[in-house]
This record gives sequence, structure tokens and C-alpha cells, in this order.
Amino acid sequence: MSVNHCGDFKQTYKDDMRVLQTRFIRFWVYGFVAFLYVFPLIASTYVVSLTNMIGIAVIGALGINIVTGFTGQISLGQGAFLGVGAFSCAFFMNEWGIPFWLAMPMAGLVTAAVGMIFGIPSLRLKGLYLAIATLAAQFILEYLFLHLEGITGGSNGVMFPSPQVGDFAFDTDQSIYYVIITVAVLTTIYTTNLFRSKDGRAFVAVRDHYLSAEIMGIHLFKYRLLSFAISSFIVGIAGSLWGAYTQYITPEHFTIAESINYLAMIIIGGMGSVLGSIYGAIFMTLVPNLLSYGTSVLANVWAGAGDLIMSLKEGIFGLIVVLFLIFEPDGLAHRWKLIKAYWKLYPFSY
Amino acid sequence: MDGRPVQLQVDDIHLSFGGVNALMGVGFQVYKGEIFSIIGPNGAGKTSMLNCISGRYHPQRGRIVFEGREITNQPPATRAEIGISRTFQNIALFKGMTVLDNLLIGRHIHLKTGFLKGGIYLGPCQREEIEHREFVEDIIDFLEIEHIRKKIVGTLAYGLQKRVELARALALDPKLILLDEPMAGMNLEETEDMVRYILDINQERGITVILVEHDMGVVMDISDRIVVLDFGQKIGEGTPDEVQKNPDVVRAYLGAEDETFLGR
Ligand SMILES: Nc1ncnc2c1ncn2[C@@H]1O[C@H](COP(=O)(O)OP(=O)(O)O)[C@@H](O)[C@H]1O
Ligand SMILES: [Mg+2]
Repeated sequence: MSVNHCGDFKQTYKDDMRVLQTRFIRFWVYGFVAFLYVFPLIASTYVVSLTNMIGIAVIGALGINIVTGFTGQISLGQGAFLGVGAFSCAFFMNEWGIPFWLAMPMAGLVTAAVGMIFGIPSLRLKGLYLAIATLAAQFILEYLFLHLEGITGGSNGVMFPSPQVGDFAFDTDQSIYYVIITVAVLTTIYTTNLFRSKDGRAFVAVRDHYLSAEIMGIHLFKYRLLSFAISSFIVGIAGSLWGAYTQYITPEHFTIAESINYLAMIIIGGMGSVLGSIYGAIFMTLVPNLLSYGTSVLANVWAGAGDLIMSLKEGIFGLIVVLFLIFEPDGLAHRWKLIKAYWKLYPFSY
Repeated sequence: MDGRPVQLQVDDIHLSFGGVNALMGVGFQVYKGEIFSIIGPNGAGKTSMLNCISGRYHPQRGRIVFEGREITNQPPATRAEIGISRTFQNIALFKGMTVLDNLLIGRHIHLKTGFLKGGIYLGPCQREEIEHREFVEDIIDFLEIEHIRKKIVGTLAYGLQKRVELARALALDPKLILLDEPMAGMNLEETEDMVRYILDINQERGITVILVEHDMGVVMDISDRIVVLDFGQKIGEGTPDEVQKNPDVVRAYLGAEDETFLGR
């Protein structure tokens, strides 16, 4: 199966509208998803744990990409929205005894509502002004996390109970992995489909040319808010999974730094791209971890310099991000497209 | 227009920007199924008038009624939903998207599957997408842009982009279409094609056309009626013959070039 089509020979519109166009691609994608489900059986706990972080990051990155990459509304409130999801999920489980499987979507709805409230300025504000409004959301919510002690436990944080099915608790890296990866796969499918149907296309239209979008019958404010809502719902789910993964949540994790981390993810991976969200999540999770690993090895070899190297780590990470922005401004997803296009036509370059 | 109902009623529109009076008390009626042209020199207020009708500008005074419904203060999206669609003098396509996606966005008001079923896709959403893809393909056929359906719009030549914009406006399946200088910047062949498309849109699809155009040959050929604007005021109205004979129009608009203009 090494023959690639180099033209368009679709018989029906249905075929033409498939996401995974060739049998070759379908084989690899389905194969990869199947592989994900046997992965914990062969990987070390550390690698599984890392993959859990990537899985959660994929969900969160898809969430922020919907509002920022696809709809063009920069959100600096991602960190806080993750927190809203995590704390409300914990609250529903701890205080109301609701099982995780119901508490998680409920937390998503709460986050969607909060996201919509902070999206209201999009009625009047665009671009950087709207970004500042979402920054305000971040700080207001951070303040609430610290002071609504009855819900969040204040600076002490709260326990996050593990999801359960009957007597089985998803309380290890290996078991929670299956929950995370399943939600990540579903979110990826959902987002892909969203952007080949009515509302997703409307988001992109609003981003690309809002005056034209309006003339096409797209109600701007409705779609700007809806984008915040869907995005925040998914981010709330990611926050809930983060809680289930760490089993203990404190406000410290849900700061502006996390917001920026996620923004970097979608910028590096690709704004307005589902695949880009995935690449960005992998990149931004793996690189700091690899750097930690590398510096700890180095610190062992070069005794005494541990502190120096540890502090360099942050700088090196920053440098890598900046170099990416300079040399790959369109993101990893775009680079991948170029590489694919190259191989599709290889060895004929026209 | 004998027997045809009035589709669009424009009354006493006043529109100003700071000190600039773009429109001063302009009014006219457009009958269902006609080709109605708005002409006038640059800066006369033609585009401003289209913007008032499509909802991009809100006049300070005056009334616009479409099919018996007052729309003066309605947002543009609502006007699209009740059947008004348009193209722009400066192309306003979604440049980063394919031709197909541009046209599918044109189907927005007719699609029903929202973000819940849309995210699942299989089932009702897929059926709907295929059905509307077929509608869009009909327009693609009609405007002869099959070869570029998957091209990114921003990479297309100017004349083709104009055609894609017309296609997008048609995808709304409008009752009234506003065309702002659809032939501007086109060569002779492209202009002839465009004239043919406009006539087909009007006659075969039964869509009322309001046309703003500088090519007088085209305007006089295909218009049922014409309104002439100058410095934000209406200085003439009537059939092409009447307008050509109107001394005010000849004086104000056609000026010294009237010989070449009227002598065709
Ligand atoms: N958005 C705007 N802001 C300020 N002035 C405008 C605006 N739109 C139109 N005008 C002014 O209104 C007048 C009519 O413009 P326009 O309707 O574009 O004319 P036409 O399309 O007939 O060439 C011009 O003097 C123009 O400068
Ligand atoms: Mg104009």
C-alpha cells in the first residue's frame, strides 16, 4: 500500500468530504488509536504519566484553539477556566456525591457558563482589547479560587476523588490513562467534525472577515459567545481530568502562566488547526520534561553546577519557543502539511 | 413596472459621516423581479445606499421596507435571513478558505445542524452537508468555476474572485441581490460573461437585482429601470431611455462626454 494518489478522483460528494481521505491514512490513524489503547501495557509508569499530561494538554489545547485559533478571540483566561472545571468537578463529587462521569460534564457546563460571562465583552471588544478583558477574567477567577474557601479550599486546595466504576477506582497512572485518552480521542473527533459543519464554519468566517460573515447571515455576537461556551466547556473537561490525574488541586496550578503555556501550545502547533493543537500539546509537554531530564544528567556529570543549569532550563525553553515563532510562524501543523505535499509529489516537484 | 409588486421600498434616506452628507433624502422603489441600477459619478453615494439596504450602515433618517417588513434598524444577518444578499465593490471573500468553504458559508442560513449534532457529524449532519454540497455544486456549475472549487480564494485571479463572490451571494438563495460594480476591473470577455450571469440570475432564478455599475453600455442594456445619484441626491429615475433623455442627468452626470455616451 505505498501508492499515493496524486489527483482527485472522488466518485461521490460523501467520499470527497471524508476527513481521512485515503485508505493509507485511515490505516495509520486507526492503527495509531488502537496502539494508544495497548500503550500502557508496554510503557513505563513515567512514560504513561507523561502521556497523561499530553492527553490533558491536547484536550485543553483543542479548547483554547476553538476560541482563539478558529474564532480569532485571544483568550488569556485558559488557566482560570481549567481551574473552574477542576474545582467545580471536585465540588460536585465531594459535596454532592455525584459520580465523576456526571460531575465532569457538569463541570464543563459550569465552565461554559463562566466562559460565556467573560465572553460578553466580545459584543464590543475585539483583538487585544478583548484579550485584556479575558486577562481580567483570569485575575478575578484566581482571586475567587483563593477566597471561596468553601468550594476551593483556598490556598490549601481540595482532594480530588478518583473516578470509579463499581469498586474499581481509576487511581493509578495506568488506569486514569484510559479515561484521559478516550476523552482526548472523542474531543479530537468532535472538534474535527465541528469545523466541517455549520457552527464551526461560522466561527472561522467570523475570524476571517466578520463584516462578510454578518452579510452571510451569521449573527456575530451569538457566534462569539458560542465559541467561548464550547471552548470553555472543553477546557472545563480538561480541568476535571487534570484533577482526576493529580488527585489534589490547588489554585497555584491555574495561573496566568498556565494560560500563556496553552497559548504557546496552539501558536507553536498551529492556530486554527486540530492537528496543530495535538502537536503543540505534545511539544509543550515533552520539551520541558526532556530538558529537565537532560539538565539533571548534566548536573550529575558536572557536579556543583546543578542550580545554574536548572535555571538555564527555563531560558532554554523560552529560547526554543521564540525560535519556533521566528522560523515556524505558521506552526508545526503547517510544516507537516508542506512535508506531506512534498512527499505526495516526490520525485516530481511539480 | 406594470403589475409587479414592490419588493423594496426606500424612503427619504439621510446618511452622513461627520460633516459629509453621503445621502440626502434619497428614495425609490424596486419591483419584484426587475434589474434596477443605481448610477452616478464617484462619491455619489451608490455604495452607501447599498450599505443601507444590506444593513452595514444605518441611516440617520428614512425607512427601508423589504417585502412589507421594515428593516431599517435590523442587523445585516437578519436581512440575509429574509433574503437579501450582496457582493462588494472591494472583494470581501474569506481569502484563506477554499472556494467550496466560501460557498458553504453562504448556505449558513439554510443549515440546521448546530454544534451538538455537527460535532457528531454522522447521520443528520452528514445528510445535510451532502444536500447543501449539491446545492453549492449547482452554483459552481452555473458560474463555471468547477476547476477552482478547491483552490484557496486568495490565490485566484481578480476576475475569478469576483465570480466566486457572486457565487457566494447566490449560495444564500436570495430574493434580492445587490451587486456593487461587479464588472469593475474586468476585461471584455469577463464582462460579457458577467452580464450573461446577471441576466440568468434574474430571468432563470427570478432574483431581483440591484446593480451599481460604471459601464454604461451594460447598464443601459440590461436594466429595467435606473436611478441616478449625484452628491447624495437623486437627480433622475426611469427606464434607460428616459434617463438618457433626462436633461438634469445629462448635465450633471454625463457632462461633456454626453455625445460619446448618448451616441451609442
Ligand atoms: N464609512 C465612511 N466614512 C466616511 N465617509 C464615507 C464612508 N462611506 C462613504 N463615505 C463618503 O460618502 C460619500 C459617498 O460614498 P460612496 O457611497 O462610496 O460613493 P460611490 O459608491 O457612489 O462612489 C463619499 O463622499 C464618501 O467619502
Ligand atoms: Mg462605490
